[in-house]
Amino acid sequence: MSEADNPSDLAPIKRPFRWHILVFLAPAFLVYTAIMILPLIETLRLSLYNLVDGQTVFVGLTNFITLFSDPRLSASFWNALGNNLIFFVIHMLVQNPVGIALAAMLSVSKLRFATFYRTAIFVPTLLSFVIVGFIWKLILSPIWGIAPGMMDWVGLKWAFAPWLGKSESALITVSLISVWQYVGIPMMLIYAALLNIPDEVLEAAECDGITGWSQFWKIKLPLILPSIGIISILTFVGNFNAFDLIYTVQGALAGPDGSTDILGTLLYRTFFGFQNQMGDRSMGATIATVMFLIILAGVSLYLFVIQRRMRRYQF
Amino acid sequence: MTRLLKGMLLATTMFAPAGAVLAQDASLTIESWRNDDLSIWQEKLIPAFEAKNPGIKVTFAPMAPTEYNSAVNAKLEAGTAGDLITCRPFDLSLAMFQKGQLAPLNDLDGIKNFSDTAKSAWTTDDGKTTFCVPMASVIHGFIYNKKAFEELKVEVPKTEDEFFALLDKIKADGTYIPMAMGTKDQWEAATMGYYNIGPNDWKGEEGRKALIAGTQKLTDADWVEPYKTLAKWKPYLGDGFEAQTYPDSQNLFTLGRAAIYPAGSWEIAPFKAQADFEMGAFPPPVKKAGDTCYISDHNDIGIGLNAKGKNPEAAKKFLAWVASPEFATLYANSLPGFFSLNSTAVKMEDPLAQEFVSWRQNCKPTIRPSAAIVGRGQPNLDLEMWRVSANVINGTQTPEQAAEETQKGLDSWYKPAK
Repeated sequence: MSEADNPSDLAPIKRPFRWHILVFLAPAFLVYTAIMILPLIETLRLSLYNLVDGQTVFVGLTNFITLFSDPRLSASFWNALGNNLIFFVIHMLVQNPVGIALAAMLSVSKLRFATFYRTAIFVPTLLSFVIVGFIWKLILSPIWGIAPGMMDWVGLKWAFAPWLGKSESALITVSLISVWQYVGIPMMLIYAALLNIPDEVLEAAECDGITGWSQFWKIKLPLILPSIGIISILTFVGNFNAFDLIYTVQGALAGPDGSTDILGTLLYRTFFGFQNQMGDRSMGATIATVMFLIILAGVSLYLFVIQRRMRRYQF
Repeated sequence: MTRLLKGMLLATTMFAPAGAVLAQDASLTIESWRNDDLSIWQEKLIPAFEAKNPGIKVTFAPMAPTEYNSAVNAKLEAGTAGDLITCRPFDLSLAMFQKGQLAPLNDLDGIKNFSDTAKSAWTTDDGKTTFCVPMASVIHGFIYNKKAFEELKVEVPKTEDEFFALLDKIKADGTYIPMAMGTKDQWEAATMGYYNIGPNDWKGEEGRKALIAGTQKLTDADWVEPYKTLAKWKPYLGDGFEAQTYPDSQNLFTLGRAAIYPAGSWEIAPFKAQADFEMGAFPPPVKKAGDTCYISDHNDIGIGLNAKGKNPEAAKKFLAWVASPEFATLYANSLPGFFSLNSTAVKMEDPLAQEFVSWRQNCKPTIRPSAAIVGRGQPNLDLEMWRVSANVINGTQTPEQAAEETQKGLDSWYKPAK
């Protein structure tokens, strides 16, 4: 804005100060600052401090150097990061495509009981992760669970294994439980996006002979791409912050042999300690900071690189 | 109206503290990880103390065992911990004492009721200062279903060969799962597995002290052998033991679906309450008939005084009571399986608990190898042993790899005194 736009010789219009804006912003601002921003800043600060002879002193980046150079800490960190990536990839490959498919099916106008399906698929999202964790632990239990019995009915008993207890299958199983719980969210968002597509566009497509699958790929999918982007970034943030489901299903050790250990559980064990291992707040804060930076990098990548290139359509 | 309100406020601020002083009430909170024992503390132990000490109110505040150490540490640092702190044995409580969080208890009434061995778990390395009143030890062994043994006409095994022959027989019969144990929670594999059968191989205290002195290593044959035995357990555990949790194993056994349960004596009370069959117990089988047997008789639980507590006098009264023979009898009988460390002989009613204690006559006791001195550093040896023991039973690691990993972890921080 240049000076010429606002010539000073014109008498400024005197407007009363709009107090109500401040008043309405204050509650959200104060609450958000107190419970989100201040703890975040405090965590970032704590990662630069450590206990030396019982005194908290500023140590610069020493904690980060320890995290990446100590053979054990760095091994658990990379293990957790790797597992977290797999956790995220499974969500992207299963949760989001399934969510889109479900939404596409629900938006077919000929489908009966659409409301029922929509509700049924969305309900797990509303359940507490504790309930979800325990339900699935019980279902999959080789001793009391109903999974072995049900697989027996269809002659698949041989395929049953104690999935949660084997290091090669535990992470996939936990990821799929999480997918089951949260598939309702991409479904709802995509469903809303699909409903937003004006009928004229679809009718025009039909006039041009584009129907069925090719209509989905050529018309609907490009129109819901922005929603898919949002879902991807929500999944990314959610997965790299995940902790609760792993903790309820596999415990804080995230066994067997650390195979389901993700950044959240590693942070928990480091910060709060576990059994005979004492909590180390500075190192915990360091891991939390690294998690924050990873998420920040992912979100920035999305905002500045991907979202800018995405084409949007206005109707 | 305002005047009345002001008057009321004034009255409450002025007279409330006075009221508290007049009643001379002291309330004590016990921090503990024994949430299984909550009802016994509330119904038996605390009423017995309060009846004798009017004016002192005691609250038992347990939390989840795995969270206890770090939670109680955080509370102690923040100054919000209760007056009485339940003490884990050895290094963990020692660290609290060294930080000045636990008060020395050398001059407490009744501390003389305990032998040096009993106090060793809560005494400084130089043996001079004791900082927790010893409460109980736990013994490891195997609990078995007597009914199942009678049905199958099998005997209690004495040697390892007999033990595996027995497991084979139970497995061949098929009615019972030979052994109820899972590896999902990891700690059972070490606590009920490695620490249970291991002392026979590393010769109890001898091996444990040699490990601390640095003359033996975890990669020595005596320390690898128990892993080899554990690896042989795999076929005798129930289907899907990899996903079997600790409560799963307890239920499998008390429902009568498993014949043998690798146990710690703390299981006695809950098992008695749930199982409707007779139970017996046998110590870890020895290699050859006639070998000296060793048992893990682990000083497990003590109670100490928060150095910054609010009611030190009342808390000391409570601790003196815990040190008394009266408490020992009451505790050992309310919680059979937690064996009193008091020098005064305690008469126990429970036959299963008597069975466990009787091993002390023939077998040499030792404590868990990861508890004292070698359990002080990072990575924590106890947690490492949980992990590798579970791996060995799952078959994802060989006994040699397991031993090597734990030794490598220990080497990274522990330098034995030369």
